[in-house]
Amino acid sequence: MSVETFKFRSRLRALTDGAVTALAILATVLVVAPLVAIFGYLVFKGTNSLSMAFFTHVPKPPGEVGGGMANAILGSGILLAVASAIGVPIGIGGGIYLAEFGRGTKLANAVRFTADVLNGVPSIVMGLAIYSLIVVPQKHFSALSGGVALGIMMIPTVCRTSEEMLLMVPHAVREAALGLGVPNWRSVLSITVKTASPGIITGCMLAFARVAGETAPLIFTALGNQFWSSSLNQPIAALPLQIYVYAISPYDDWHRLAWAGALVLIVLIVLAVSLVRFVTSRGVLKGAS
Amino acid sequence: MGVGIEVIDLNAWYGTNHTLQDINLHIPANHATALIGPSGCGKSTFVRCLNRMHETNPIARVTGTVRIGDLDIYNDAKPVEIRRRVGMVFQRPNPFPTMSIYDNVASGLKLNGYTNKRVLDGIVERSLINSALWDEVKDDLKKKSGASLSGGQQQRLCIARALAVDPEVLLMDEPASALDPISTAKIEDLIFQLKSQYTIVIVTHNMQQAARVAEKTGFFLNGRMVEFDSTHKIFTNPSDKRTEDYITGRFG
Repeated sequence: MSVETFKFRSRLRALTDGAVTALAILATVLVVAPLVAIFGYLVFKGTNSLSMAFFTHVPKPPGEVGGGMANAILGSGILLAVASAIGVPIGIGGGIYLAEFGRGTKLANAVRFTADVLNGVPSIVMGLAIYSLIVVPQKHFSALSGGVALGIMMIPTVCRTSEEMLLMVPHAVREAALGLGVPNWRSVLSITVKTASPGIITGCMLAFARVAGETAPLIFTALGNQFWSSSLNQPIAALPLQIYVYAISPYDDWHRLAWAGALVLIVLIVLAVSLVRFVTSRGVLKGAS
Repeated sequence: MGVGIEVIDLNAWYGTNHTLQDINLHIPANHATALIGPSGCGKSTFVRCLNRMHETNPIARVTGTVRIGDLDIYNDAKPVEIRRRVGMVFQRPNPFPTMSIYDNVASGLKLNGYTNKRVLDGIVERSLINSALWDEVKDDLKKKSGASLSGGQQQRLCIARALAVDPEVLLMDEPASALDPISTAKIEDLIFQLKSQYTIVIVTHNMQQAARVAEKTGFFLNGRMVEFDSTHKIFTNPSDKRTEDYITGRFG
């Protein structure tokens, strides 16, 4: 190869490198831009209506100024607690079964298929199903039914991410535990699940953040509530429901509160996810992967 | 103290693949025994039959008798009990990545329900001293993850972990093949010291290593044990032509 061709090729290579890098940066910007835009717009629209009253007062009747969404914040908290209590253990348990005990069995294939289908079920259908299974027999709307609907929606995400994360644990780590005379069940719980736990927690957080913003499954179950309620047996308010009701109302005042509600919902989700990450990342050792 | 191992008519299969055929041998107590042979000859399968790790693979099957001391391991005991008496060190260092150095060593005991902290402290220290790692890690026992150590240190950590459950036999499946020469030398020194307390079976591809650490050597070929004798005899005056061909480098 002559020196000229060499120089030409190396210039060409540098050019290609620059072009590809530029494309990658462009793609990154395109991915991040919508999030930044939405969040920025929310802050712009929502902060004006934020006040202490928003966090401490219940909604006022139409026509009266002021009022807040304290009951909806509490309601969302209760609904998500119920949902997590159902979705996280069942989802993780299912994931452990799929990855560790049922590998290759017909039942495991059926469970995996069911989870994938459940993941694709529209959330409004989930609300209707819980309506006919819990609300109709009980003859009233309730926080419990709303929590169950959200919880069932969490299961497939938690289950499938847990399975994927467990399958990524190297075979050598399992063998090490078995080689020490540790029974298989103990090895699965104390070694495999523990090694995969950062990924499993991410899966739980993903499912949590997803259902935290769900409105449709709550319409037929939790219903919403303009007053304080923390009873599992009563209809309960929830931020997404409140935002929905306020946003389609004809009052400007309520529109502003809806924006504030949306901002608070997103900030609370981010806070909850960060808190879990912070708590679970403490005690991680130097050099642990 | 180590105990001897008696293997009678051992056969093993992976699916329809007959990987071990009619193995008979006596492994002496408190000695190091090396198993050599080309890749795929069945030596790893053989050591995995000695602590019943072989059967963790669902398609694997074993027949025959293995006696460790007085215990017929396929008839008298459960696999988990055997594996506590017969420790294993694998080819690639495999510390538990989420655990500290201390917890790695204590894991075998902790996972089997031992919780007395003072006893555990003592065992962890003794095991790390026995695996020649104590001086290098004693300041970071609970601060650093087992995965943060170098490859050679990780392998000695795995040896400490195996020693902590106080086995009678230590199986080593190519324990130095992923390590550099200095780490390899440390592992070999260690084997030399450990055989006063444990019966050691070591699989190796490195014939000098077998000659350095082991009193007895077995040569495996195509799932059969061709020859088993004192290491000196195997390497200087083997009885079988195939052994001679292998150790002189004519194949394998």
